Amino acid sequence: MYIIVVGGGKVGRNLARELIAKNNEVTLIESDQRRYAIVEEELEHNVINGDGSEIWVLESAGIGRAEMVIPVTGDDEDNILIAQMARERYGIERVIARCNNPRNLQHFDLLGVKPAVSATDLILRLIEHEVPRYGMHHLLDLPQENLEILEIEIFADSPAAEKRIAELDLPEGVLVISILRDGGGFVPIGDSMIRVGDEVLIVLDAGLEPVITERFQPTADRAA
Amino acid sequence: MFVVIAGCGRVGSSIAKTMLDEGHEVSVLDEDPRASLLLDTGLDRSWAERGGSFTLGTALELDALLAAGIDRADAFVASTHGDNTNLVIAQIAQRRFGIERVVVRVLDPARAAWYREQGLSTVCPTQVAVEMLEAAVREVV
Repeated sequence: MYIIVVGGGKVGRNLARELIAKNNEVTLIESDQRRYAIVEEELEHNVINGDGSEIWVLESAGIGRAEMVIPVTGDDEDNILIAQMARERYGIERVIARCNNPRNLQHFDLLGVKPAVSATDLILRLIEHEVPRYGMHHLLDLPQENLEILEIEIFADSPAAEKRIAELDLPEGVLVISILRDGGGFVPIGDSMIRVGDEVLIVLDAGLEPVITERFQPTADRAA
Repeated sequence: MFVVIAGCGRVGSSIAKTMLDEGHEVSVLDEDPRASLLLDTGLDRSWAERGGSFTLGTALELDALLAAGIDRADAFVASTHGDNTNLVIAQIAQRRFGIERVVVRVLDPARAAWYREQGLSTVCPTQVAVEMLEAAVREVV
């Protein structure tokens, strides 16, 4: 496969090396002359010196025949632009962009740049998984389907403790799908009691998490 | 009309001053606190005293754009020193905030031309200069 990588920093350089080792044809574009010289020593003719957001540079790298374009510079605006031009101007379907600041992910999304990979965001998600906030785990996120499945531990001071599910008055889009108790589990009905120590599995429309927090989390534990 | 201008260099600050003089409400955003000095130069009263507003922040940050009032802007000017930044924030203004009058400065003629075809109002000073120089050369000959 012919792949163009834009940005010769740590990410781009390691990526290019691995892709070449996997028998792909790779061109790496780096704008900074000093960094270009360093990368060129290792990757030789696979590297060109130029601004990868300039159309003539992309064309001299042969973007017309590229099957994949991967912008991984340190600037999100550059990565967005390069990805957008690769897809919309050159019709390349496989585009993977690096997002440096996870706050910019929404811009990538808005301008149709998908997938965007943010190392910071990945690490943040791992941290959340490893150190769950107030006993709440994301078991499954289905962004395309707009659904999430959460697992929540019930503590003595949880507003849901010792209540029937019907009493929780859960809105549409939120469903308790099972209760795990004493090493077993069951699918509850409206009359089922939620006990302290239970783990409750809930399926919900993405965005309804605040409702869950309100109904299940002890007040003191809620995110500040 | 309420105009938000992202990027307060020579271009952004000049547009800002003209717009304010013409009686429009103007809000300027720049990441460099010194940029606001450009808004004060050549005038007897400061930008703030004249009723202009200045927000310190990075144009790509949504919070900064919101602080500058992008959500109620009638017109948006992208005039930072980065072509790619301008093209991205202009599309944010257009698609996310539905601003109809969005103007983008793009120094690179090739990118300016392509994004104009995609429906952005790009203004390319380089292209304008090229055309003026060409015309001037013809006059000499």
